[in-house]
Amino acid sequence: MTDATPTFERSPDLPPPASTVGVVGWLRQNLFSTWYNTLLTILALWIVWEAVPPVISWAFLTADWAGTSRDDCTSGGACWVFIKEWFGQFIYGRYPIEERWRINFGSIILIVCAATLFFPRFPYKLWVSLFLIFVYPIVAFFLFSGDAFGLEWVETPLWGGLFLTLVIAIVGCVFALPIGIVLALGRRSDMPAVRAVCVAFIELWRGVPLITVLFMASVMFPLFVPEGLTFDKLLRALIGIMLFQAAYLAEVIRGGLQAIPRGQYEGAQALGLSYWKMMILIILPQALKLVIPGIVNSFIALLKDTTLVLIIGLFDFLGMIQAAGTNPDWLGFAVEGYVFAAFVFWVLCFGISRYSLHLERKLHTGH
Amino acid sequence: MQYKMLVAAAALAVGFALPASSATIDDVKAKGHVQCGVSQGLPGFSNPDQAGNWTGIDVDVCRAVAAAVFGDANKVKFTPLSAKERFTALQSGEVDVLSRNTTWTLTRDTALGLDFVGVNFYDGQGFMIRKDMGIDSATKLDGASVCVNIGTTTELNMADYFRANNMKYEPVVFEKADEVVAAYDAGRCDVYTTDRSGLAAQRVKLKDPSAHFVLPETISKEPLGPVVRHGDNQWGDVVRWSLITMIEAEEMGLNSGNVDDMRKTATNPAVKRVLGTEGDMGKVLGLGNDWSYNIIKQVGNYGEVYAKHVGPNTPIGLARGPNELWTNGGLMYPMPVR
Amino acid sequence: MAVSSEVGTPPARASFWNDPRIRAIIFQILILGGIILFGIYIVNNTLVNMESRGISSGFDFMGRTAGFDIGMTLIPYDEASSYGRAFFVSLLNTLLVSAIGIFFATILGFIVGIARLSNNWLVSKLAEVYIEIIRNIPLLLQIFFWYFAVLRALPSPRQSFELADTFFLNLRGLFVPKPIFEAGFSAILISFLIGLVAVVFIARWAKRRREATGQQFHTVYVSIGILVGLPFLAGLVTGFPLSWDYPALKGFNFQGGMTLIPELVALTIALSVYTASFIAEVVRSGIQAVSHGQTEAAGSLGLRPGPTLRLVIIPQALRVIIPPLTNQYLNLTKNSSLAAAIAYPDLVLVFAGTALMQTGQAVEIIAITMAVYLTISLVISAIMNWYNKKMALVER
Repeated sequence: MTDATPTFERSPDLPPPASTVGVVGWLRQNLFSTWYNTLLTILALWIVWEAVPPVISWAFLTADWAGTSRDDCTSGGACWVFIKEWFGQFIYGRYPIEERWRINFGSIILIVCAATLFFPRFPYKLWVSLFLIFVYPIVAFFLFSGDAFGLEWVETPLWGGLFLTLVIAIVGCVFALPIGIVLALGRRSDMPAVRAVCVAFIELWRGVPLITVLFMASVMFPLFVPEGLTFDKLLRALIGIMLFQAAYLAEVIRGGLQAIPRGQYEGAQALGLSYWKMMILIILPQALKLVIPGIVNSFIALLKDTTLVLIIGLFDFLGMIQAAGTNPDWLGFAVEGYVFAAFVFWVLCFGISRYSLHLERKLHTGH
Repeated sequence: MQYKMLVAAAALAVGFALPASSATIDDVKAKGHVQCGVSQGLPGFSNPDQAGNWTGIDVDVCRAVAAAVFGDANKVKFTPLSAKERFTALQSGEVDVLSRNTTWTLTRDTALGLDFVGVNFYDGQGFMIRKDMGIDSATKLDGASVCVNIGTTTELNMADYFRANNMKYEPVVFEKADEVVAAYDAGRCDVYTTDRSGLAAQRVKLKDPSAHFVLPETISKEPLGPVVRHGDNQWGDVVRWSLITMIEAEEMGLNSGNVDDMRKTATNPAVKRVLGTEGDMGKVLGLGNDWSYNIIKQVGNYGEVYAKHVGPNTPIGLARGPNELWTNGGLMYPMPVR
Repeated sequence: MAVSSEVGTPPARASFWNDPRIRAIIFQILILGGIILFGIYIVNNTLVNMESRGISSGFDFMGRTAGFDIGMTLIPYDEASSYGRAFFVSLLNTLLVSAIGIFFATILGFIVGIARLSNNWLVSKLAEVYIEIIRNIPLLLQIFFWYFAVLRALPSPRQSFELADTFFLNLRGLFVPKPIFEAGFSAILISFLIGLVAVVFIARWAKRRREATGQQFHTVYVSIGILVGLPFLAGLVTGFPLSWDYPALKGFNFQGGMTLIPELVALTIALSVYTASFIAEVVRSGIQAVSHGQTEAAGSLGLRPGPTLRLVIIPQALRVIIPPLTNQYLNLTKNSSLAAAIAYPDLVLVFAGTALMQTGQAVEIIAITMAVYLTISLVISAIMNWYNKKMALVER
């Protein structure tokens, strides 16, 4: 017997229209959804086509990589031989070649110590942090400048290249932080005189260009102090940069202080904490956590601004590259130098900014 | 060593080192070196090599001062300064002596608080131009764009010259000599103007040096020389006589090669005075009596220095011209060491 | 312990040293005193040092003849002018490049910021690449790049690019005809001003009518009509008393007309491109701060995407955008001081450069320069604060 009752059989789903899935669908949705979108896409494609192939061809396909002198650059593309030959100078400046290990050694200590902080499970974080903040600067100072522990004296005019750029940026930022915190607290103080002084200081430094600050630090500073008192030129530039950076950090930190709910202050006061105990134990830890991304961003800004020291005659990374570009044996490779400088700065700044984004997400403990 | 370590520790702790005294010479002796302001890179005058060692005739003036003060020409440190920074750096005590192809003028000698102590190079301002422009005289430069370095007498001379000849021009002013050269080479300006020696030195930095030439006109006098702060005469004397000794040595035929022999054999009292074997020339300067011997031995006489750095056998290739000794028809006339 | 405090009597005073108010006053006096002493110390040192080194001081130099020429001047200036005039020339140049830079940076920044949010994948990625590359490279490097890129791309004066024999572009800059106003031109100017006033009134009237009746009025078209039409009419009546001074190749270079020097062009490009990358991020976050519900509500009211953006999103986003935008404008103005690196005759190059060199009065000149930048900063922040207040949310 056959069952005459027709069974209701669900027919299989039809595949979605070819135009909405896969590559075609993605293209349609993201690139050609409307006529003006199509137009924009074509425009964008044209820009890419105009910009990318010549750059790739210049930088890679027709570039020269091997050799030791300008005569090895014959193909018409970029001459990376120039960068290769001067690489040591770009990184270490005029630091004596046989002493360069000291910079390497100092950097390795810093990198290793800093790296341990990235491992969530590393147990001795507190000790490493304390070492980095209090001991490392002293160690690094003697390591880099020498004249102690049998190390040869290397004066600061010989410091240069990327090493100097990083020294300026890191020292400038690290030492500016405590000043910035004090200024930020002062700006929110109840005492009118303290507030006025802090506001004036912050606005003064934020209102003037760094280049005038550096000029003042580099040539006018000795006029301000008693005759005979001399500072190292690098140290003077550092002081200028530090005060400049402190004013910016103060504003960043103030933002964090303002974001702390009033209840936290009131709670701390209700517990009978004094002003400093309240700030150090309750408010600042929360506020600083909030502003870490802001601090990192102003560090990036400072890193880029360190290039200005070449105007006052310090041979930082860009300064070294410029100096190399005017060497009579290596004329005409300024473009390669600038591209290399741009690439290195970009890698540093972009990397740090990505890390700051990551931190921002990680530290986000809001509700 | 121990002292330097202490200073380093102090510098770390308080942030500065302080050897305090008012007389520059005592300062310099306490520091252990002469701090000398030089250019940021002008071949032949003051230029660092790849390892950062400075050479040039301006550099050698400072080395001579170091030789006179310390008996060691290497006890000198160089601070590269832009034209803009140089006077402020000297005024403020950042450098002890400025030897940076600086022109001696009345205002600089007075209102700026400086003292020029002599001339180590007689120069004049010239114009460099592309050969294919077809210009053969500076009087035909009406309407030209002129690249020039900031803060130099050149900037003012040029203004005077164009004004005096009733010509128009467009100044394009740069901070650094290297930028001036790069912009001129890129075609931003028709003309590049600076001291003629500077033109000769900077020409080697052009892509195709042979496509450019220097116009015949010299539009100014540029006596270039070392400078010290106003008001410290003793230090000014040391620098002045260090320079004069170099020229005097050339006139007397003393050079770094024969100075040891001459010291033993010389009979001419004038020569013996220069060599420090007779009289107390060093004492009156506050130096040792072998100060001049050290200069000649370690740095050389003026002619040697000139030939080594800017003379015809160098890439700069400048003839002695007005920088010849007065006995040969030039302007170099050393005051008697007596 | 006896009950010593009764209602109405002040609480027993803490000891003098523990009273927070007194401590605050003493603390402030100490701080102020310290700062004043420090200031006196610095000023005294400077005076003593300048005295002992024979450096002249005072501001007399502002009246003396400068004796140098400046490559670009907006007001008449020559070698015989004073340092004071050189100061104003360079100050105007600084203001000019800042103003142009702010203008282009704003436009470019808004375009890129909106492109970053485009639903066109390619466009939004391009915008992102632009932002991430440009803002992570030092500005000084970019200025050098643009300057030498501009110089490399341009021909020498004899092979200028030209447009209709009136516009010329070469290594010396962009040459455009200069308008020469003859007698009677003021009529056109006055009619334009009258038109401007009329437009303001019409716009106000249209807004009031719209709020009252809901009727739309094409303010834009009418305004353009009035602003173009009135001066044109006045021109017809007076017979267009305006002639042009055309640039012409003479000797080395073009003479006559107006010149935009390459330094200005390069600096403007560098400043705008750099600042635009920051403005783009500001704009993006501002737009994203407007909740999506607003777009949906506008959509359900039947507004098309264009008006939604213009009438709903942007007015709300602007509130978030303006404070950080002000910061970017300030940064741009301060960054214009890097002009000194590429020979654009701004305040730092001419005044804190040439003038400082020729007079040797570093203290006075740097002080004036810093004061100028500080004033500019304060004025821009004041204007933006005023605007911000005006735009702020009026809560009912």
